[in-house]
Amino acid sequence: MNSLVEFLSFTDPNVRYVAFGSVLLTASSAIVGSFTFLNKKSLVGDAIAHAVLPGICLGFLLAGTKNPVALIAGAFITGWISLVLVEFITTKTRIKEDTAIGLILSVFFGIGILMLTVIQKSGNAAQSGLDHFLFGKAAALTGNDLVTFGIVAIVLIAIVLVLFKEFSLLAFDKDYARSIGLPVKRIELILTSLIVLAVVIGIQAVGVVLMAAILITPAAAARFWTDKISVMFLLASLFGAISGLSGAFISYTAPAMPTGPWIVIVISTIAFISFFLAPRRGVISRFVRQANIRKTINDENVLKILYQLGEENQNFTIPRLPDEIISKRFYDTQVLVSILKRLHRHGYVDKNENRWALTEEGRNRAQRIVKIHRLWELYLTTYMHIAPDHVHEDADTIEHLLTPELEERLEQQLGYPKVDPHQSNIPYNN
Amino acid sequence: MNDFYIILTASLVSASCALLGSFLILRRMAMVSDAISHAVLPGIVIAFLVSGSRDSLTMLIGAGAIGMFTTFLIEFFHKKARLQTDASIGVTFTWLFAIGVVMISLFAGKVDLDQDCVLYGEIAYVPLDVIITQSGINLGPRALYVSGIILIVNLLFILLSYRKLFLTTFDPAFASAIGISVTLWHYVLMGAVSMTTVASFESVGAILVVALLIAPAATAYLLTDNFKTMLLLACLAGIVASITGYYLSVWLDGSIAGAIASMNGVLFMLALVFAPHGILTKKFKAVVH
Repeated sequence: MNSLVEFLSFTDPNVRYVAFGSVLLTASSAIVGSFTFLNKKSLVGDAIAHAVLPGICLGFLLAGTKNPVALIAGAFITGWISLVLVEFITTKTRIKEDTAIGLILSVFFGIGILMLTVIQKSGNAAQSGLDHFLFGKAAALTGNDLVTFGIVAIVLIAIVLVLFKEFSLLAFDKDYARSIGLPVKRIELILTSLIVLAVVIGIQAVGVVLMAAILITPAAAARFWTDKISVMFLLASLFGAISGLSGAFISYTAPAMPTGPWIVIVISTIAFISFFLAPRRGVISRFVRQANIRKTINDENVLKILYQLGEENQNFTIPRLPDEIISKRFYDTQVLVSILKRLHRHGYVDKNENRWALTEEGRNRAQRIVKIHRLWELYLTTYMHIAPDHVHEDADTIEHLLTPELEERLEQQLGYPKVDPHQSNIPYNN
Repeated sequence: MNDFYIILTASLVSASCALLGSFLILRRMAMVSDAISHAVLPGIVIAFLVSGSRDSLTMLIGAGAIGMFTTFLIEFFHKKARLQTDASIGVTFTWLFAIGVVMISLFAGKVDLDQDCVLYGEIAYVPLDVIITQSGINLGPRALYVSGIILIVNLLFILLSYRKLFLTTFDPAFASAIGISVTLWHYVLMGAVSMTTVASFESVGAILVVALLIAPAATAYLLTDNFKTMLLLACLAGIVASITGYYLSVWLDGSIAGAIASMNGVLFMLALVFAPHGILTKKFKAVVH
């Protein structure tokens, strides 16, 4: 607890550099990365991250020192070349995009490693620290780095804010953007440059391999909580900032721990929590919703069978044995009894020893299901001209889904018919 | 002799990778293999901790398991959480790789692995780690045997299940109609990829193995329409890149694995320009007409 207070008071200048640097990097990468995520180009970020390595070496070879401008310029050039090549290979040959990305990523990285090892053996003393680009050096950020990162981050965020509408439009509907006269090519060019820029400064914090994570994982996590793009961007940058700060804190308390990988572990954890627990889109809420739908369908199917049994005797309240229901539609006896018990709890059936009978409420609900089923069959045969023996399955699905409004329109459209295509009566409430 | 050992090991690894890679790129799973090659890192560290050595068998089993787990996780996020595939791949492998790197720092004293080795392997040390029998006879480098066995296993795997792999690759609907489980073969193939990745890991590292998997297969894909020819050409491209790459690295005095990956890129560029449907050929035909 003490170390947390110490850390958060930011009295130690090193802590300040590392914490602010990490937050700036992760938050700005998350914002730019959200567009790669929405454009479904997540792995392109990965490709650029690997492809900047030869450029950094090239920048070093030409400048002879680790001049940040030279390194960033070199990285920019090869990052761009890699994208152009991926695009070229995908459009001009039969090779698919994923193969092209993997190919360019690994070959460029190989070239980068070759150059890096050659430089390391060249005896140039200035080269030490170039390998920081491989694994990042978030824990060793200095005041100078912070100034560079700060400027780049502000530029990135400012451009995103100015062009937010254009970028969003491009991500969702490129054809529409073109039709209203937006310079699509030029906007894409700017966006790609932003991604390359984010990657070039981001890999100094987390390294080549993990760069993809700080670009896309915050966006992937944020997407689960909202459908609004502005909220998504705020959440993504917040998640990014949290992971940057936690990564800095972990390597502050345990100096042997690498900051970059911890940033990624934190952001991944946030993402996994979002995947599972987010309302509506999360795995668990999806599962619960599906289970509820399955319950409703089971309930309604059993009610429907009880109704159909009743139709045979023109008496809907005769108590029935489970076996009578099973003779109409196969159920495991235990499953059936548990469905019947649930219906009993909700007041749709009465129980008398091992016999079950529809209540008034149950009869009404069952009648509605049967009515929709038969109306739908009639609708399909009259309007869609589908043969009467092909419409049953479709009606079996729609009977659970149709809303009362649609039900009413269906009745009106068909003119309150008496019988369905199989000459069964269509029951109405009188 | 050392040169020969290194080139032979690299060629054996390249051939294994090229064979599997040909299936992968046609199944549009190039990036899944990229993900697996990164994700096996924690598996390797755990195997190290469990067995206390570079005991190959434990490692292969551990890697096979992690590879399948990665494949499962990618599918799970995609199908159950409806995350788009590219993001699902990106999130999964970076997470596992980060865990692996943290584990290496955590058990730095106990695990004989460093971060550089993870990234680009240490094939230059292959001739140093030799198997010596009890009577003192030098049987040659250990890595040579490992990569040789892996190549034989892969060859047997592809020969014995060629029809099933072929059908599930080119016509999954037909394959499942005649009772071949597409999912099962998907996972079996991914298991093979994971094991090959780990076996190649010490020699070429986690990222460059991706170059060996994808690049020769992509080169071959540009050159032929026949799948069997493609398998052969891919192996050939991988071996040529291993030999030329080795001499390139000697000449420049740099990383061997990096040079082999670079040569794979060069071969691909040559194929791109000179292939039957390549850029130059198209230009040439246009001029003749």
